[in-house]
Amino acid sequence: MTEQPLLDVDGLHVRFGAGATQVHAVRAASLRLYAGRCLALVGESGSGKSALARSLLGLAGPTASVTADRLRVAGQDALRFGPRDWRRIRGRHIGLVAQDALVALDPLRPIGTEITESLLAHRTVPRSQAADAVVGLLTRVGVPEPEERARQYVHQLSGGLRQRALIASAIAAGPGTLIADEPTTALDAAVQARVLDLLAELKEQGTGLLLISHDLAVVEALADEVAVMRAGVIVESGPTERVLDDPRHDYTRELLAAVPGSRPRPARAAPPAPGEDLPLLSVTGAVKHFAGGRGARRTAVAGVDFTLRAGETLGLVGESGSGKTTLARMVLGLVRPDEGTVLLDGLPWSGAPERARRARRRTIQLIPQDPLSAFDPRWPVSRVIGEALAATGVPRRDRLGHTVRLLERVGLAPDLLDRRPAALSGGQRQRVAIARALAPEPRLLVCDEPVSALDVSVQAQVLALLRRLQNELRLATLFISHDLAVVREVCDRVLVMKDGRVVESGPVEDVFAGPAHPYTRSLLDAVPKRARRISREPAQERL
Amino acid sequence: MGAVRLVAVRLVSAALVVWAAATCAFLVLQLIPGDPVYAIVGSDALVSEEQHEAIRQQYGLDEPLIVQYLAYLGRLATGRFGDSYQLQQPVATVLADQLWPTVQLALGATLLAPLLAVLVTVATSGRANWPRRVSAVVELVVVSTPSFWLGIMLLTIFSFRLGWLPVAETGDFASLILPTITLALPIAAVLTQVLREGLLGALEQPFVITARARGLPEPAVRYRHALRHAALPALTLAGWFTGTLLGGTVIVENVFARSGIGRVTLQAVGDRDLPVVQGVVALSAVVFVAASALVDVLYAVVDPRLRKRTGVQAA
Repeated sequence: MTEQPLLDVDGLHVRFGAGATQVHAVRAASLRLYAGRCLALVGESGSGKSALARSLLGLAGPTASVTADRLRVAGQDALRFGPRDWRRIRGRHIGLVAQDALVALDPLRPIGTEITESLLAHRTVPRSQAADAVVGLLTRVGVPEPEERARQYVHQLSGGLRQRALIASAIAAGPGTLIADEPTTALDAAVQARVLDLLAELKEQGTGLLLISHDLAVVEALADEVAVMRAGVIVESGPTERVLDDPRHDYTRELLAAVPGSRPRPARAAPPAPGEDLPLLSVTGAVKHFAGGRGARRTAVAGVDFTLRAGETLGLVGESGSGKTTLARMVLGLVRPDEGTVLLDGLPWSGAPERARRARRRTIQLIPQDPLSAFDPRWPVSRVIGEALAATGVPRRDRLGHTVRLLERVGLAPDLLDRRPAALSGGQRQRVAIARALAPEPRLLVCDEPVSALDVSVQAQVLALLRRLQNELRLATLFISHDLAVVREVCDRVLVMKDGRVVESGPVEDVFAGPAHPYTRSLLDAVPKRARRISREPAQERL
Repeated sequence: MGAVRLVAVRLVSAALVVWAAATCAFLVLQLIPGDPVYAIVGSDALVSEEQHEAIRQQYGLDEPLIVQYLAYLGRLATGRFGDSYQLQQPVATVLADQLWPTVQLALGATLLAPLLAVLVTVATSGRANWPRRVSAVVELVVVSTPSFWLGIMLLTIFSFRLGWLPVAETGDFASLILPTITLALPIAAVLTQVLREGLLGALEQPFVITARARGLPEPAVRYRHALRHAALPALTLAGWFTGTLLGGTVIVENVFARSGIGRVTLQAVGDRDLPVVQGVVALSAVVFVAASALVDVLYAVVDPRLRKRTGVQAA
């Protein structure tokens, strides 16, 4: 190829710190990115992909040492760059789109000011024309009412608009290269699809895109080439089709196998036939309003009915704001419905006095999305689980033995007992959260996005564990997720929620094979095609 | 909630704070042993039984405690605190006469302390570590130095040795410099610690990476983005310090032989001049309430999420 690459890297090493504690984050990485192409760096957390991307901006950090055989950025030798040279490159030749716009844009400044800053930093637009340029940029990334939005702050915008504003600030000075670091991870499926479309559009207009992701479905939708990273090393790279269809490295195969929906649906104990016994949980006509601004009332849940039996797993699907979490809190007895009832084991649960409810609370346990924030950071594992045991009346002398048995049950070794949450990996942490939830011997688990913060391979392990526990303990599970592939893998039935209402419900295969409601169809369409293809195939075979 | 209701709630809570402070002051002063009559006539004076009784009646000291308390609240509500025992003048007049020198001093310190804190933070939060370390030691020394000693040291150096500045009050600006610095330095030291901690924390935030990735020069990243985030916790502290300035002036005004509220307070406490002490307590409660109201307004200026129009709506 005679065309000059935008990024040309050979033998790049990134090391953090010095001496015995030095971390060798990137080892001998090589990559080339051309205009109008998208190269995806794929790997799990800690694989070094972000460190690699940051070093291409000269932003690896003050403790990092970056060395390379060749490091050419925008046709210039970046190995000789000083701080001033890097500043000239950043924003003007390489833009950065980070993961979560809510924190990646300054929350104290209007988005228009943030975008203007990019424009003025390189004097690409005179100050007097900056306001018009901002409106032009917001229009280009598909933000409606750009004049008004420019004056708003990030917290006033929806997730999708925020991410668009962040993209606008990254492309403001017209960089030829865009580094997108997990650009859609914080977004709902449908919003994610629209942001991916925007990135694809920028690519077609000639921007070179370096996409960093752990989500192979996103990669497939966007990338022309893939480089798979593991422990700082690029283990495999090549055209996207080739790498995904014919992976040559074991690790790539492992990653692909772990994508939710890529496995055949596991055989399950048959869910109990309806009418066989009393439902464990029944929610009837649940309604919840919240006070909005200026005396307005926002309806979070607008009349929802469902039942849940022992051994059954019910998926609750919908975008953020659809009322999933409020419904889950009603089930947990944390929010009182304005109308309707929740019965637990045939007895009143919602509205019952807390004194009467406390003894029954052990029946329902929660597995949170992010155990790191749900654990006291100063408490070791033994105390985290010990507290749950104490609350259910296990005498002090028996707690250690109980804790060890619980850890075994979730596949953890007892030597983790003294670790604090920060010293655990994401998967270990979620297993501890599951062990804590199991400590009071519950009959109903509420899982709120339990795997969405995890890497795919860990996700697969945690899902397998949840399935095994459900079968062994005949637990009823309310499984909240925005990831349809995950829901399909673990759930028997599914409820699709939109604007506080259930728009569709039924057995998981039926809903996925033939969605009746247009909203369900749009959610399914938003799933990037590989996951969709895989998850639909077995359903069709059954027909 | 409407703006009118917001202001009303604010005013009611301000009145409650002043009432609570005045009540505490009243009760504490009842606990001081000794006969207030001697505070009024001077402890050395010989008074007959009849004169003693007449004074008690004149000042209402013969009434039951609850009646004295209600009368006191009534005077407080109308802004009259009664007459000073010692100066034989209305308390309001005594305080009003002494207010201006203290306001000058307190206002100077209120402006100087944040200014110093921001300058030192900016100067010591660069990439190099050593200015931070030096500054941290200096801050610690300043914070732990008693302010009367600090004042005496400044006087010794700049007035007695160098002769640059006057020793006592002369009425012009030069005599205000050393007292203001004495009052502001310890506050500036604490503010600097909080501000720098906040700045270093803000520099770890993801939006800083984004700002750097735009090609912004380092000072713009620090002072246009991070410093504003660091200002929020410092603001809370600054509001509290402004409320306590009245206490700080007690020491500074005495060291520098300045007139002012602080000096009057010290004298009144020494002489058990109860109406004056009660007046000062009420005044400082009002200052506290005003300072915290001002801080609330400043919060909204710094952080759009706290503003009514752009604020975060309750879910």
